[in-house]
Amino acid sequence: MSVPLTLLGLLEREPSHGYDLKRDYDTYFGRGKSLPFGQVYATLSRLARDGKVVMDEVAPGEGPDRKRYVITEAGATEVDTWLAEPVAAEPHLQTVLFAKVVLALMLDRPAERYLDTQRAAHLQRMRELTEIKRTGGLVDGLLADHGLFHLEADLHWIDITAARLDALRTQVRS
Amino acid sequence: MTAALAARGVELSFGETPALRGADLTVAAGEILAVMGPSGSGKSTLLHCLAGILVPDAGEIHVDGRRIDILGEAERSELRRDRFGFVFQFGQLVPELTAEENVALPLLLGGVRREPALRQAGEWLDRLGLAGVQRRRSGELSGGQAQRIALARGLVARPRVLFADEPTGSLDSLTGEQMMDLLVAAARERGTTVVLVTHEARVAAYADREVVVRDGRVTSLSPDPVAS
Repeated sequence: MSVPLTLLGLLEREPSHGYDLKRDYDTYFGRGKSLPFGQVYATLSRLARDGKVVMDEVAPGEGPDRKRYVITEAGATEVDTWLAEPVAAEPHLQTVLFAKVVLALMLDRPAERYLDTQRAAHLQRMRELTEIKRTGGLVDGLLADHGLFHLEADLHWIDITAARLDALRTQVRS
Repeated sequence: MTAALAARGVELSFGETPALRGADLTVAAGEILAVMGPSGSGKSTLLHCLAGILVPDAGEIHVDGRRIDILGEAERSELRRDRFGFVFQFGQLVPELTAEENVALPLLLGGVRREPALRQAGEWLDRLGLAGVQRRRSGELSGGQAQRIALARGLVARPRVLFADEPTGSLDSLTGEQMMDLLVAAARERGTTVVLVTHEARVAAYADREVVVRDGRVTSLSPDPVAS
């Protein structure tokens, strides 16, 4: 999650105070981990330095939160470019789990049991996300879905790998 | 916790092909258990043994502490009718019957008179968002509607255990999720034990616990609540 670009995106809706930006960030993107105020203002300062935002309505003597931030044309262009770019489709070809499986086979350890342990951990997380979907709102549910689909893809890999452990063992130990 | 179901060293072969090779499993009362595993691993065969549909060649099956694999077909049939509910992948509704008659079927077979049986069936149809399709036959229903009717039929007689074999297998993701939401909510409300056979992790994630069947044996991925 890119905090500067997300804050810029939130600013593109309308000029906002730092407090409002933090509140909206936490609501939609925080997922239980709120953005520290210090990081909000530090990020806004950098964006101002780089010409992506400007400040207006500074009321003297009423504290930093009287500053209202307005996105500039350069900032809006950056948001536009960022939104249009696909997120890197990471192949995760060298995951920690893959390394563990290969090493376990090389070292004659119980790779299948390791995969089962991982499967149980994935399913436990999927249970938690499913509960969020069942009891939460639409935003939480869609985020949970994103996690569920990724975990499900991992589980497919675990299943396929478990089914091919003998062949993989032969290959890595030859 | 007490065990609603238990399999001990269950073996079963189809001809020369072994399907179960010493399967052990305990399901706690009120537990929703997912039985996972690759195609052909024996998970559906295990479900059929637990439900008294198939009789193992060796080993024991217990329901609420009573051994059922030594019962005759008539007694097992009675047990299935009185204690168990079933939901299968393709609903398997009786095509000649209307939706409400399909739902009422377990009650009618159990001796409930037609009028109260249909009234209870109607209540389940309402609950599952199917008001308005009571008089339709299976050919006039969508896949999602047919599966919800199958769920209502599986639960209408307040079974002790619901056996669900790939209950969302014929549905798209969203309809499958709605089905699982309904199934889990109804089971939790009544304390129904559920044995859910599925190859889909997203469906298994609705369960309290999962086991994997491989080569006819059961591997438990998390602690057995009856043993702990």
